[in-house]
Amino acid sequence: MRGIAKRYPGVMALDGVDLEVRRGEVHGLLGENGAGKSTLVKILAGAVRRDAGTVTIDGREQLLDSPRAAQAAGVSIIYQEFNLVPHLSVAANVFLGREPRGRLPGTLDQPRMNRATAELLRGLEVGVEPQATVARLGVAEQQMVEVAKALSLEARILVMDEPTSALTAREIAQLFRVIRTLRARGVAVIYISHRMEELFALADRVTVLRDGRVVGTRELAAVTRSDLVRMMVGRDLAEHFPRRQVALGAERLRVEGLSRRGALHDISFALRAGEVVGLAGLMGAGRTELARALFGADPIDAGRIWINGREVAIASPPAAVRRGLGFLTEDRKRQGLVLGLDLVANTCLASLDDFSVGGVVRRGREVAATARWVGELRIKTAGLGQPVANLSGGNQQKVVLAKWLCRQADVLLFDEPTRGIDVGAKVEVYQLINRLAAAGKAVLLISSDLPEVLGMSDRILVMHRGRLAGEFAAAAATPEAVLQCALGAQAA
Amino acid sequence: MKARELIANHARQFGTLAVLLVLGGAISLCTPHFLTVANLLNVAQQTVVNALVAAGLTFVIISGGIDLSVGSILALAGIVMAHALRTGWPAPLAVLAGLAVGAGCGAVNGGLVAFGRLPPFIATLGMMSVARGGALLASDGRPVSGFSAPFRWLATGEVAAVPASVLLLLVVYAAAHFTLQRTKFGRYAFAIGGSEEAALLSGVPVRRYQVGFYAAGGGLAALAAVVLTARLNSAQPIAGLGYELDAIAAAVIGGTSLMGGQGSIVGTLLGAFIMGVLRNGLNLLGVSSFVQQVVIGAVIIAAVLFDVALKRTRR
Repeated sequence: MRGIAKRYPGVMALDGVDLEVRRGEVHGLLGENGAGKSTLVKILAGAVRRDAGTVTIDGREQLLDSPRAAQAAGVSIIYQEFNLVPHLSVAANVFLGREPRGRLPGTLDQPRMNRATAELLRGLEVGVEPQATVARLGVAEQQMVEVAKALSLEARILVMDEPTSALTAREIAQLFRVIRTLRARGVAVIYISHRMEELFALADRVTVLRDGRVVGTRELAAVTRSDLVRMMVGRDLAEHFPRRQVALGAERLRVEGLSRRGALHDISFALRAGEVVGLAGLMGAGRTELARALFGADPIDAGRIWINGREVAIASPPAAVRRGLGFLTEDRKRQGLVLGLDLVANTCLASLDDFSVGGVVRRGREVAATARWVGELRIKTAGLGQPVANLSGGNQQKVVLAKWLCRQADVLLFDEPTRGIDVGAKVEVYQLINRLAAAGKAVLLISSDLPEVLGMSDRILVMHRGRLAGEFAAAAATPEAVLQCALGAQAA
Repeated sequence: MKARELIANHARQFGTLAVLLVLGGAISLCTPHFLTVANLLNVAQQTVVNALVAAGLTFVIISGGIDLSVGSILALAGIVMAHALRTGWPAPLAVLAGLAVGAGCGAVNGGLVAFGRLPPFIATLGMMSVARGGALLASDGRPVSGFSAPFRWLATGEVAAVPASVLLLLVVYAAAHFTLQRTKFGRYAFAIGGSEEAALLSGVPVRRYQVGFYAAGGGLAALAAVVLTARLNSAQPIAGLGYELDAIAAAVIGGTSLMGGQGSIVGTLLGAFIMGVLRNGLNLLGVSSFVQQVVIGAVIIAAVLFDVALKRTRR
């Protein structure tokens, strides 16, 4: 790709970007949110038209004016949100849009689809049945279906956008094995990820984008992590995990014997004012389920909950919010924000009672409060009246944070607060968590990012299969010990 | 600067207004009978019933729902009110009874959607039949007619040369606009329609408000029944057949998204008037009612196509 440019109203999303990817190479694409990675990939996918520049694949210049054209040119993309039809079978998904005809006119050659799909999956060493319904598969398996689909399209360029964000360590290992197999077959893989350790483990070269321009392309063997961070943000990050000195106060939250059939078993713990407690565990260990149960989003079968020393019954999220809980959800676009509404409406959504008199909303007060949080959290926006859909991921996450800050919740459940946001925004989120703790809030920090859990928490709880499998003091915790515990080994 | 901002933020409403004006202009070029005070007031009066129903439906649709039962609720509320009047209830009390029936039916819809977890389409499809059957049962299938002058004032009365029903329409729309734009009720309609899950997980009492939106829809359908009954001096068990579709059309022409989360009361009023002006104009031009159906259908499709195109250019 040479001299690629794309202008959106008000922003130059890409400004003369050159990207060269070789056969049999895993090429990392790195950049803060809004750096232009997605736009670049969408152009390659034919989903967005470029304003300028040329794309050459295997020596032939390509127009790429539609997704179909991109497919024909050998480009396949696996987005973060998969493009699978949930209620169709694996084979039907792999062959969607180009099903082999059966003998009778208008029929499909089901056996042939199943055979071919089985063969592809075997090649990937994935134990998925071609007849299985996609909706029943786990995230990692669905991803493998996407890979199989790309292979059946004879993709020569495979783009993967944050492929590991929802995977467990073991699934990641399997994905890496598959990617290496593809590389060995001569496929060029463009790999987008915020997790630098993955790029170091997997990629051959990496291209860093910033503000729609290429900062540089490097051999991964020749750079360090902090080199890349510097390239991404254009400045040195002072401290990744800012320190905090907070004296712990009274108990904010106590949970005893919390159980939910099939998900949570006899969970007991407590959070104190000023404390940040990390909750580690593998995907499916029950961390999100625990937060949802505490928040009244899922019913519980047994267990007692105290907030600020008073026993409470939390039957629904509104009850939880009234009691002083806040829940920053894992899926910010679907569960955290109303994308079509503006910053003001989203920021004040959980605390509208405070901004209304007799059911009438006082817009002036709302705007003033939102303006304050936008300033404090340094949310970048063209205006408070902008729909939050227009913000970048990091800024969207800050709006979710602003919503709970505005609500002045005492106990905050943060589920993957830094997923999919760039390094700079991450540090800002960390600083904010520290400020909340300093202000006497209690924070439960759910995260799959081990360094994050270790760096941010006073204590670390580890879940394994719906149970609390262990607890570590921050000083005593090592990544290895926490991981061992999460994998089900005896706790220390 | 201020005016430009106003237009930019309400592009869709101004677009609808432009369509209404162009439509009116075109019709007045074709016939001299259109642009007279008497005829315009006539259009307004004829639009009142549909516009009232559409106002309530706008809340339901913005909140991500749909209500197919408003036409039947209108009939049932009308019959109940007519019976009350015929048995000698004072007019205000009878009207309240009608409104209560309407809001009650709506609340049942809302309860089925919010707590029974039924898809709105199914819940209100059921209510459409139940309320219609109720209206037929309560009236034995016959119209209930003949009311006192004070009740009929709503249809016959005027305030400063403006028909009472048109005044009622303006008051209701002013209140509905305020409610949608400036109250928690309205804000939560947008939030729930935009993302029910996000609203719930922000502590919004989603279920309670859903009941409220459908109750408002039923209540406004009953208010339309009051106007219709007063005008016809008769309540018909088969009144309001197909009104749900007219009301949905008015909302959609006015820019309310059937996906929820988007819409405006002003838009719905303009949408209702576009339909009213179109019907009136085609009548004045002597176009058959069969052709009118085709034209109105085409307008609905054009309105939605326009919305889709508008969204695409913005992306």
